[in-house]
Amino acid sequence: MLGYALRRLALTVPVLLGISVIVFLVISLIPGDPATAILGSFATPENVERINRELGLDQPLPVQYLTWLQGVLEGDLGRSYSLNRPVLDEVLERFGPTLILAAAALFLCTVLGLAAGVVSAVRQYGWADKLITLTVLVGISTPSFFLGIMLILWFSVGLGWFPTGGMYDLFGDGSPSELLWHLTLPATALAVVATGVVARLTRSGMLEVLRQDYVRTARAKGLREGRVILRHAFVNALVGIVPIIGIQAGFVLGGAVYIETVFQWPGIGRMLVTAISTRDILLVQGGVLVVAASFVLINLATDLIQVALDPRLRRG
Amino acid sequence: MAASSLPRRTSAWARLSRNGLAVVGLAIVVAIVGIALLAPVLPLADPDITAPANRLLPPFSHGAWLGTDQLGRDMLSRLVWGARVSIAVGVAATLVAAFVGSTIGLVAAYFGRLADNVLMRGVDMLMAFPYLLLALAIVAALGPGLLNALLAIAVVNIPFFARSVRGATLGLVQREFIEAARLSGYSNARIILSELLPNVLPVIVITMSTTVGWMILETAGLSFLGLGAQPPQADLGSMLGDGRNLVITAPHVSIVPGVLILVLVIGINLLGDGLRDVLDPRLKSGALSRPVARTAVAEGRTSGTGDKGALLEVRNLRTEFHIGQRVLKAVGGIDFVLQPGESLGIVGESGSGKSVTALSILGLVPTPPGIVAGGEIRFAGRDLLRLPMRDLQDIRGNRIAYIFQDPLTTLNPLMRVGHQVTETLIRHQGLGGSAARRQAEELLDAVGIPQPRTKFDAFPHELSGGQRQRVVIAMALANRPDLIIADEPTTALDVTTQARVLALLNDLRRQSGAALVFITHDLGVVSELCERVLVMYAGKVVESGPVGEVFAAPRHPYTRALLACVPVLGEPERALDAIPGLPPPVDDLPEGCAFAPRCPLAMAECRRGEILLARTGEGRRSRCIRWMELGDG
Repeated sequence: MLGYALRRLALTVPVLLGISVIVFLVISLIPGDPATAILGSFATPENVERINRELGLDQPLPVQYLTWLQGVLEGDLGRSYSLNRPVLDEVLERFGPTLILAAAALFLCTVLGLAAGVVSAVRQYGWADKLITLTVLVGISTPSFFLGIMLILWFSVGLGWFPTGGMYDLFGDGSPSELLWHLTLPATALAVVATGVVARLTRSGMLEVLRQDYVRTARAKGLREGRVILRHAFVNALVGIVPIIGIQAGFVLGGAVYIETVFQWPGIGRMLVTAISTRDILLVQGGVLVVAASFVLINLATDLIQVALDPRLRRG
Repeated sequence: MAASSLPRRTSAWARLSRNGLAVVGLAIVVAIVGIALLAPVLPLADPDITAPANRLLPPFSHGAWLGTDQLGRDMLSRLVWGARVSIAVGVAATLVAAFVGSTIGLVAAYFGRLADNVLMRGVDMLMAFPYLLLALAIVAALGPGLLNALLAIAVVNIPFFARSVRGATLGLVQREFIEAARLSGYSNARIILSELLPNVLPVIVITMSTTVGWMILETAGLSFLGLGAQPPQADLGSMLGDGRNLVITAPHVSIVPGVLILVLVIGINLLGDGLRDVLDPRLKSGALSRPVARTAVAEGRTSGTGDKGALLEVRNLRTEFHIGQRVLKAVGGIDFVLQPGESLGIVGESGSGKSVTALSILGLVPTPPGIVAGGEIRFAGRDLLRLPMRDLQDIRGNRIAYIFQDPLTTLNPLMRVGHQVTETLIRHQGLGGSAARRQAEELLDAVGIPQPRTKFDAFPHELSGGQRQRVVIAMALANRPDLIIADEPTTALDVTTQARVLALLNDLRRQSGAALVFITHDLGVVSELCERVLVMYAGKVVESGPVGEVFAAPRHPYTRALLACVPVLGEPERALDAIPGLPPPVDDLPEGCAFAPRCPLAMAECRRGEILLARTGEGRRSRCIRWMELGDG
């Protein structure tokens, strides 16, 4: 297992490099003069010259990339011109709230999705299955940004149960319960689509596994149905579902852009939207790079969980 | 199970129209797309004319059914025109992604090697990004705008097409017709376009139908963030974005476009699911039925009488499979009685109903589609078919234990083998963890597994086939059952292992005094292990009696034919007479004797009425009206 983990960890290096290449190349997509585009309204001739020098835009592309990569590895993601501070500082400050929001949504979609999928499969064609299947269909078709607005309308404005946005109260104590109170609606809105996807695939995974011979063996042993379903069928189905949950992490991290905007959550998604409209390209680049790198680590984690569940995968 | 349900050839359209939900989806999509297409000729107000006096009118106002927005523009008109933009952009993004992605997939799979490596690694890199984030980065570089949003969303969807098309193409490039096209000197481009593309088209359509909904959602999302459609142009997303700040004073401005996106995407997804089921039945969601905890039993009452001393008494057992309109009578009314400690062999060809008989005893025939249509199964005087579930579970694995055919698939691959043994000890004897472990190690030792303490922690894939089956035997014997049902327990093993596992099973059974039902098509094994034998054919017992007598002097032509198939050591010149013909399908049994079509002795009477199982001697029965002509030996 440890050997596998190390080999798998080594495999993330080329992926991270590939990501860095794509993020780097984004700048070359900029139509016209990148320096002017990056600087926008800050584009004085001195600034243009400075950024050309900083980014090495007069060098050939591979040299530019290596220079940039060296900077990245040293923690230098450039300077945000709209905020006038290092990109890394801003990104790290914004990353925490996004991580909290994404983790909460991922937790919700995993727990609810798995539970709904298992119930749906075990009660195939029963009323619970039909209800869940229908709910899932609506769920995966819901625009999360619309759902977020509706949640605010009903639960914040209408019922007054939850705040309309933000992460903490303006004059709050910053306690975990206060955070949880602010987190509930955005995490729910962010989790809905992912929950539907997880439920759907859990259902089909369970249906597949429940037909296997070892489930019949478990029943032939006289085990109670709860144990047959959970210990024998579910664990086997989970091996196929864990990577799906990893993919959902990507959707949740991306979807956070909408939800943070709707709920004024001080995370990286909202930062990106603002940065795009102020054309602060370096800030966008830094934000995307950090979130994408964290997604690679999440995928590494789901791979390791999968292998921990299934000893047969350890040999590969 | 012998029978498979053949898909009837019907047109894709007919199959789609039978799927109620898909039809609903189609209706929604056609309605919304139709209205959007007709926007220029519909009697709608100009969507861009502002009327400050009429701003934020609520829905159902005079002259504005859906109200007006913050500039007094007619919401209905804006909705129709906005839907037009959203659908056009979503569909265009889908087409771009499908074109580029499919090209990548086709080229990578067709040329393989370097092209495959380079292209697919690139696709992997795109997949390594959180979906929406890469789109944002692209929009950031290109600048906000509807066309740029479209391109960004198309790019992030390319991997889905590239991967599925490559997968489908890989299966095709090795096939003969591609090889033939190559040898005929067709150009690569021509092979890809005229030979490969038509064959992967269903995959492309399926991927389009599953992604177009997302793409509409995501382009609307970018517009919602202000990164897509720029004023005065509006799509559903930008309308929603405009309405967001008014949600408290005028919720309809955001609810109206939001609901339309929701309904449109629901319609697309319903249609997409239906389309996928039609084009690729293997992926059909929920096509797989899972077996429930216990075989369904048709209504019926137990007779309440039986052979008092018998361990197991099966009376007129009928087990059927109901698949669509077909009823497969896998077991068509069989009877047998088993005394404590007795061993009974059940033999017959595949599909004769012997395994289904065995599985019926503890309700392990998969339902759906299986159902016990009638009969009784009494175990120690209790009717197992009508026993409450919890009582049946107390008997399963405890008083009656199974040994199934393939130990690789019958053991849980993710559970250490030792735990699979202790599980049944804990369940039925209420042992604690360490006591169960000790006993399981003893059991593993008793079934001849070397180093049982180490092997306890092994996973099934770490053991050899023979060792796996020994684990299964240990599991079966764990609670000292009164009856062991072994269903072809050695068929999956190699020949030398077979003999050792059988000897072990026989020894342990004799020591424990358990009764045995042994299912096999190997007559040699039956004569070694069993005292009595049932010969089954097409779901019925055709002959029964003591093994020695039946094999020495069969009283049914089918038994005789089966015996003629057995090779005899030292008689290599003996012809192995395979039985000509095939067993009849069990949903279409002929009248009279089911074996008559293959029987050398069949005559007119054999094809009329029902042939009964008649007593032919002490403890012997035969379902043949000409048994006396078979002679004795």
